[in-house]
Amino acid sequence: MARTKRGRTALAGYLFLLPNLLGFLAFTLIPVVASLGLSFFEWDLFTPPKFVGLHNFTALLKDHDFWRYAFNTVFLMLTIPVNILGSLFLAMVMNQKLRGIVVFRTMYFLPTIVMGVGTYLLWRWIYNPDYGLINSIITHWFPRWLNDGISRLGVEWPPQWLTSVTWAKPALMFMTFWTVVGGYNMILFLAALQGVSPELYEAADIDGANRWQKFWAITWPLVSPTTFFVFTMSLIGGLQGGFDQAFVMTRGGPAGATTTISYYIYNHAFAWNHMGYAAAMAWVLFTAVFAATMLNWRFGGRVVHY
Amino acid sequence: MKKFFSYVVLGCVGLFMLFPFLWMFSTSVKPAGDVFKSVDSPIKALVPGEVQWANYGKVYDTTQGMGGGFARWYLNSVLVAVVVTLGQVTTSACAAYAFSRLQFPGRDKLFLGYLGTMMIPGAVTMIPNFILMRKITDWLRVAAPFVNWDAPRVISLFGRTYDVGRLVGLDSYFALIVPVMFSAYGTFMLRQFFMSIPRDLEEAATIDGCGLFRIFTTIILPLSKPALATLGIFTFLGNWQSFYWPLIMLTQDSMKTLPLGLLSFMGLYSTQWTLLMAGSVMMILPMIVVFVIGQKWFISGIQMGALKG
Repeated sequence: MARTKRGRTALAGYLFLLPNLLGFLAFTLIPVVASLGLSFFEWDLFTPPKFVGLHNFTALLKDHDFWRYAFNTVFLMLTIPVNILGSLFLAMVMNQKLRGIVVFRTMYFLPTIVMGVGTYLLWRWIYNPDYGLINSIITHWFPRWLNDGISRLGVEWPPQWLTSVTWAKPALMFMTFWTVVGGYNMILFLAALQGVSPELYEAADIDGANRWQKFWAITWPLVSPTTFFVFTMSLIGGLQGGFDQAFVMTRGGPAGATTTISYYIYNHAFAWNHMGYAAAMAWVLFTAVFAATMLNWRFGGRVVHY
Repeated sequence: MKKFFSYVVLGCVGLFMLFPFLWMFSTSVKPAGDVFKSVDSPIKALVPGEVQWANYGKVYDTTQGMGGGFARWYLNSVLVAVVVTLGQVTTSACAAYAFSRLQFPGRDKLFLGYLGTMMIPGAVTMIPNFILMRKITDWLRVAAPFVNWDAPRVISLFGRTYDVGRLVGLDSYFALIVPVMFSAYGTFMLRQFFMSIPRDLEEAATIDGCGLFRIFTTIILPLSKPALATLGIFTFLGNWQSFYWPLIMLTQDSMKTLPLGLLSFMGLYSTQWTLLMAGSVMMILPMIVVFVIGQKWFISGIQMGALKG
């Protein structure tokens, strides 16, 4: 009796799992294995695949464009600490008994929600060198001495933004800051701050600690698990990021200044039909993501105070 | 005093967040010539001198020739996002029930396999999946030659005909929907939630003679409404904006979803900023509505995922 009941439960288990499992096998697990296999071949989808061993990987090491775009990817990730600190700051300001906090939270979250082709188009327009909002503000509201001073330093001013090799990356980074600063990370920090006992701050007040000391002695250590989590997730996202925005806003240009690894993979796979080479690159990216995660888990423990 | 200062900071940041949206909206209702007034001053750039709602109608009209245009892209986006959301929530909930409540050989190993793949970049699976969709019609033509796998299909509704793409492969609803309908993340999230539901109720129901399926539909699912709503909202918003996968699956204008439609619109009218902004407003408006309505679940969902992830 017990045996048959267990058998029935097991059968039910497989049946409940089946639809999801089939999809998982067909569109995730088998493709992962297939792309690893593909990375040892040369294939343009028209002629039969040709086995080339490790050639795709060795070619990648010597591919100057690959390293340049890897540099771009890392450069664009330099906003991560700024974004995280911004989110923490916002969360700290919001973590008070204030009226209308939900309204502010909604406003701050809006860019995260609507991020996509719509907002990329919007920022293209904002960055328009002749009629865009930012250059209009720079030319009319910045004092003349400031504008003159900056141009005298030899900086391109007012910037041509997305069409300028110098300014395209900072432009995208600023847009990213606007998009994410009030988003997921801020919500997570807010939850972490709400878990900090107010008695700690009261005790610190009695000891005469100033705001700065309280931050370093109480807030920062107690939110460090969240900081750590958020940093890891941003790192993982950043390594794979940059395709959508660059495709809509700059097409990876000017002169490849905003092409990231994910964009380069797209080009090889879907624009130039280099399936094997693209698969090899995707696996290298995966390795980097994996390494970043492992490093974080391994060494994160030392800076995190629970 | 401290509160006043906080309000000033929060207000300034709020303005910074909303400013681009205001500019987007004001551009979208300006007469075409007025967009160049930003050369005169930023104020003139932000405040439309004359409000011209007709821009929105114009977007609709000018895209008509592009495979049905905005209305059609809207319809495609709604269809894809709704079906994918329903599919993901259903299959994830069933799998999560199996992983959290039912004993069967290999269960924990399978679950580890799910977890392990969540870290894999989309680019890794995207390439073989693209090849599959590209080649599937060739294989089916051999396997089942009695069906015409290559022909784009047309349906007639209310006396008009509509392209509905191919049955499978590139330029098909199948390609837009099915490969993204299964989510390891959703399964993981719902499993964590189901684990937190006390088992007493189920035990009582078992004694009353309830089967596993009825326990699932009458106890687990009703108790998990917040988690299901969270997953549903996440999935819907994510798919409404989905760009990369539809981009490589589609060539035909009539099959495009909003992000891609907007992109081709941009390609043709790259300097018509009033129209482009009107299109963008139309695209993001439903998301704002969904977000404001579902905000409560959304926020708690983020916190839940982080606490347990």
